Amino acid sequence: MASLHTNFLGIHSPNPFWLASAPPTDKKVNVLRAFEAGWGGVVWKTLGSQVKNVSSRYSSVNFNGARMMGFNNIELISDRPLDLNLKEIRECIRLFPDRAMIVSLMADNDRKSWHELIRQVEDTGAHGIELNFGCPHGMTERGMGAAVGQDPVIAKMVVEWVMEAANIPVITKLTPNVHSVVPTGRAAVEAGTQALSLINTIQSVTGVDLDTLIPNPNVGGKSTFGGYCGPAVKPIALKMLTTIAQDPITAKVPVSGIGGIGTWQDAAEFMLLGATTVQVCTAAMKYGFRIVEDLCEGLSNWMDEKGFRQITDFIGKSVPTLTHWEELDINYHIVARIDPAKCIHCGLCYIACEDGSHQSIRLDAGNPYNTYTIKEEECVGCNLCKLVCPVDSCITMVEQRKGEEYLNWKEFQHRGLPLNDH
Amino acid sequence: MAITNHRLTPSAYQQNFSDIHPPFETRDAALVEANRCLFCYDAPCTKSCPTGINVPKFIKQITTDNIKGSAYTILSANIMGGGCSKVCPVEKLCEGACVYNLMDEEAIPIAKLQRWSTEKAIREKWPLFERKEPIGKKVAIVGAGPSGLSCAHALSREGIDVTIYEKEAKGGGLMTYGIAAYKITPEFCEQELEYILSLGGIEVKYEQELGKNLTVSDLRKKYDAIYLGFGVGLARQLDIPGEELHGVVDAIRFIYDIRSQGYPAVPVGDKVVVVGMGMTAIDAATQAKRLGAKEVTLVYRRTEEEMPCTRTELDIAKLDGCRIVWLAAPKEILGTPPGGAAGSDPTGRVTQLVCSVMQLGPPDASGRRSPADTGQTFTLDADMVIKATGQMPFQALVAASDLPNQQGKISIATTTTASSTATTLRGATALKGIFAGGDCVNGGKEVVDAVQAGKDGAAAILQYLTNIK
Repeated sequence: MASLHTNFLGIHSPNPFWLASAPPTDKKVNVLRAFEAGWGGVVWKTLGSQVKNVSSRYSSVNFNGARMMGFNNIELISDRPLDLNLKEIRECIRLFPDRAMIVSLMADNDRKSWHELIRQVEDTGAHGIELNFGCPHGMTERGMGAAVGQDPVIAKMVVEWVMEAANIPVITKLTPNVHSVVPTGRAAVEAGTQALSLINTIQSVTGVDLDTLIPNPNVGGKSTFGGYCGPAVKPIALKMLTTIAQDPITAKVPVSGIGGIGTWQDAAEFMLLGATTVQVCTAAMKYGFRIVEDLCEGLSNWMDEKGFRQITDFIGKSVPTLTHWEELDINYHIVARIDPAKCIHCGLCYIACEDGSHQSIRLDAGNPYNTYTIKEEECVGCNLCKLVCPVDSCITMVEQRKGEEYLNWKEFQHRGLPLNDH
Repeated sequence: MAITNHRLTPSAYQQNFSDIHPPFETRDAALVEANRCLFCYDAPCTKSCPTGINVPKFIKQITTDNIKGSAYTILSANIMGGGCSKVCPVEKLCEGACVYNLMDEEAIPIAKLQRWSTEKAIREKWPLFERKEPIGKKVAIVGAGPSGLSCAHALSREGIDVTIYEKEAKGGGLMTYGIAAYKITPEFCEQELEYILSLGGIEVKYEQELGKNLTVSDLRKKYDAIYLGFGVGLARQLDIPGEELHGVVDAIRFIYDIRSQGYPAVPVGDKVVVVGMGMTAIDAATQAKRLGAKEVTLVYRRTEEEMPCTRTELDIAKLDGCRIVWLAAPKEILGTPPGGAAGSDPTGRVTQLVCSVMQLGPPDASGRRSPADTGQTFTLDADMVIKATGQMPFQALVAASDLPNQQGKISIATTTTASSTATTLRGATALKGIFAGGDCVNGGKEVVDAVQAGKDGAAAILQYLTNIK
């Protein structure tokens, strides 16, 4: 059976599943239960500046009856006394010495505050520090959180302060509320951070209540931009993760992946695109710590099937397959094929192709069931019909190359080949 | 063995006749099912609905909390969409065509979702329809059943003044009087009727019966057009000895009594035999059982393959404990001799039903294998025989009114055609200004078919009235 054992900068954990810095990791009672459930590590909810929270704090986006496809919060960093947090961190480490204990930090914006906070945290025996340069709400107005992460110069300065004091590994957590995470990532690496984690939440308004006309979450008749997370943000996180994995400077440090991870498949995808560990929050907030069971079992079973013995066998394995558009092979051509034995005649492929793509599906009227077939000569191989089809493997994409050789756009132009065959 | 009423306690009646398909209790429950809908394009469910309700659209509207829009989508295609959600044999219509069946998954509960939207509209009396300014045309409709009401609503929306003549004391036709009470309550029928009439421009004159206090020729003189939707009514006779015995009743009358008199008042036997295997036969058998009959047996001269009722209906009868005897045709009803104390029993009472054992021969005109007598017989003990072998058109009435017909079924044009000399309108009879639809034309189909016939009739009348301007 595959081993899920993880070594992140010398921080060992029985599996790569860490709970992200958030309410599930803000106190001993939660963290002990998470460890009992099997989580490999936690990133303790951000300590630092003094805050006061409001009510309400969360809102979400539902989709076609499924709840919390996207999740949003306006909660600030830990509002519990620092001493209590430090005491509980120490106890958790003592009770579960084999688990990773990372502490998220966001000190007031001066060197002395950072140094003092780091000294106190290291004193607990914590294994690592995560710098919260990402919180997009509340703290930014005080020049902290995302306000640091959005400016590579400030980020570099703060990381330098941290590195002056830190004796344990430092992970810098990046905000996605930038046009690219790479500049801040580079600044942090150049300033000496030993690792990166991403993404933090994305600034959002989850919706407006159509009765009260007040956006969510409603705090006494007003709302504020929150941090968006959950399954909806995963694709954005994966893209940002990949840019970090592909940059020659940021690629030098290990990455802890975050953003909408709820299943072992999500985790495997993050790891294939360069994450050594993954951090989970929304899914645990929705379903509780028990989800770690399938995260571990599913990942392990998949690794067995793929022949991966340890997680380092596949971390980053998919990174090289993400390339620039102009490197793609123009001669690669696929067309859709509908399996008439599996088709349920719902017409979704037809109307999607007709109104939304390239009018490549033929409708032969029937009562009550129409017959749908692909006009292969019209099909551009866009995948849309396959994506909307509700029946598993009813529509498949069949390879029909336009030419034997690999031909990319640059070469295509160079040869002066004709455009627009449609 | 005896035929008696008041067999059960009030709570037992209540339970036996409670809603067989209870509605969704919560919005969440409706949403779970509504969200399962795939939103098919050119949807098989819609194509399988005689009124062409845009099913995916109204279900989508439930998912977006646009219940008003959902109800409008349904009711604009089928003004009796509320009643139809309760009485339609959806297993052979919309739900039977649901593409989930092809995945061997549960079909979307379309009827239940339709009920969710329409009941709310009817209960809360949403004014979803607006009547156009009156255009000074008057149309008479005979029969306040599904086809007449559907026609009336469509015409009134266009500003035509409609008068409906109804022979019963209540409107709704077979919906009110001819369907098992556990499917649709008389109270709901009244609410639905009220909702339809709330549009305005429709007057219903009750206890006005064609051939009694009403004639087609009189109506023709007073109105710009007439729509006939008086349905069918006469139960088909068995034409066997003993049919006059006390205890032999027809299913239509039996169901009518249940709906008009209330459950406790309706007498039922200990051993009831129902002849036939259509929807009405099932409604009669199951309700006899639910009224407290000890044994109910359905006899049918063909087999399950040929039965007119749906599988779902048959299952209701079986679950109610009704016994089914296939390939059995009634031959003779036996009874006690006439007499009784002081002539109290002038005809004698049913004691037994003799049936011929049948076998299937070659297909007949209906395409189903025809039953043939084997010569063998068997006898069932019975104190009540309910005849449910179909209804007959009002042949004498139709003939007396000089209406073009085939064996009493009014003949209408089934397509709209136009030539240089004349335009034939779908729903029009050969008589100028007289239109017809529903059971009196088709001989007896579903409520939803009658509603569509009413829509067709209204469209034809509108075109006719426009042309004669």
